[in-house]
Amino acid sequence: MDFHTPSSFEDASKRAAEATGLTRFLAGGTDVLVQMRSGTVLPDTLIDLKHIPGTQDITRTPDGGWRIGIAVSGARLGDHADLVADWPGVVEGMELVGSTQVQGRATLVGNLCNGSPAADSVPGLVAAQASVEITGLTGVRTVPVEDIPAGPGKTTLSPGDVISGILIPPRGAHGGDAYQRFTPRTEMDIAVAGCAISLRVDGDTITEARVAVGAVAPTVRLVPDAAAALIGSTLDDTAIDALVTAVRAACNPIDDKRGTAEFRTDVAGVLAKRVAHIAYSRAKGDAQ
Amino acid sequence: MSKIHVTTVVNGDEVEFLADPRETLLDCLRDHLGLTGSKEGCGTGDCGACSVTVDGVLVSSCLMLGVEAQGKRIATIEGMANGEELHPLQRQFVEHAALQCGFCTPGILVAAKALLEKNPDPTETEVRYWLAGNLCRCTGYDKIIRAVMDAASEMRGAA
Repeated sequence: MDFHTPSSFEDASKRAAEATGLTRFLAGGTDVLVQMRSGTVLPDTLIDLKHIPGTQDITRTPDGGWRIGIAVSGARLGDHADLVADWPGVVEGMELVGSTQVQGRATLVGNLCNGSPAADSVPGLVAAQASVEITGLTGVRTVPVEDIPAGPGKTTLSPGDVISGILIPPRGAHGGDAYQRFTPRTEMDIAVAGCAISLRVDGDTITEARVAVGAVAPTVRLVPDAAAALIGSTLDDTAIDALVTAVRAACNPIDDKRGTAEFRTDVAGVLAKRVAHIAYSRAKGDAQ
Repeated sequence: MSKIHVTTVVNGDEVEFLADPRETLLDCLRDHLGLTGSKEGCGTGDCGACSVTVDGVLVSSCLMLGVEAQGKRIATIEGMANGEELHPLQRQFVEHAALQCGFCTPGILVAAKALLEKNPDPTETEVRYWLAGNLCRCTGYDKIIRAVMDAASEMRGAA
C-alpha cells in the first residue's frame, strides 16, 4: 500500500487521479480503518489529508457563516461554543455518531462520504443548507451537501475529486435547527429513522424552513413539501399534520433487522413533529 | 512500500519505530514498543479496550495508523501510575473490585482519566455516556461507575 501525506488539496487530487487500483482518502479513519481491518476495502493507495493546512480548523467566514476543515473531529465541533450556538442541530447530529473514542477522530466529511443513508450528521447539514467545496482536476467547485450521496455507500464524486471544506451559511437572526433520530438503544447505535429541521421565524410565524430525513430512503433526503407545510405557519396543529404527512410521503425505506419500512415511515413523522418544536423554540430564543 | 520512520512521544518519552503504513497505532504500541497494556478486543473501534489519548484527545488506537502518530503526544495506561503509586482511578478500581478478568480495564481507566480532566465533577449519567464505548463483559458496569465517581470525588478533594 502506498501512503501519501500531501500538503495541498491540489496535490491530493492529482495523486488520487494518478493512482492505480483502489484509493482512499484518510481523515478520521473511523470507517476506512474498519473496512481495511475487515478486508472489505484494501486500498492500494491511502492519502492522509491531515497535513494540509486548515484541515483541523473551524473558522468564521467573512459573511458570518462557517468553514469547517475536513479533519475536524466531532469532539472539536462539540467544544466550539460559537458554532454550537449558531447551529446546534448540525453539531448534535455529529455528536450522535459512535462513542467518545470515535468522536475523537470521526469527521463530518467522512460521515458524508461513507454514504450511509443513516449517517447522523448529514440531515443536519442538508437542513442547514450546507455545501462542500470540492477540489478536482479541473479546479474548485462548491456543491450542496444533498447532492453528494448517490445511494448506500456511493457518492457523486469523480476520481480526483476531494472534498476540501464544509461551508455552513450564516445563521442570521431568529433561526433555529435541530436533529433527532430513533435508535433501540440510547447510545452507540445506528439510526432507524432521523429528521433535521432548520427554520427561521418572524415573531411567531415561520418564514423559512428546510426539512431533511435520514435512514428512510437510499440517501438522506431533502423534503421541500415538508418545508412548505411549515412556512407561513405558527407551528399550529394543521401545519404539524401537514409536515408529518409530507415527511411520511417522502419516505421510501427498507425493511431490515433494525426496523420495518412501515415503522421507519411512522417514526420519521413523529421525529419531524418533535424536531420542529425544538427548532421553533430555538429560533424564538427559548431555552432548549 | 517500505516502512516509514515515525518519531512520537509516548507517556512523556520520545520514541521512534519503523511502521508498515497499514499497521495501527495499537499494533505499533504493542509490537514495536512493547507497551502491551492497551488491548485489542475487537480491532474495529467498538470495544474501547485499546483507548489512548493523542494530543489529549481520547481515541481508539485500533482506529488510527501508527504513521499518523508522527509528532503527536500519546498517553497510554503505562503512563498512568506514578512509579509504584497508583492513580486515584486505579486505586478506586482495586478498592471497588471494578474488574474481574481485567481485559477492558486499561481502556476504561484511560477513558475515565480523559473524562475527569475535561469534567472533574461528572454526574453518573455523564460517566455512563462517556464510557458507553468501553465494553465490559464481566462486571455489569455498576462497580466501574461507582469507582469513577469516587475517584472523581477524591481528586476534587485533593485539589
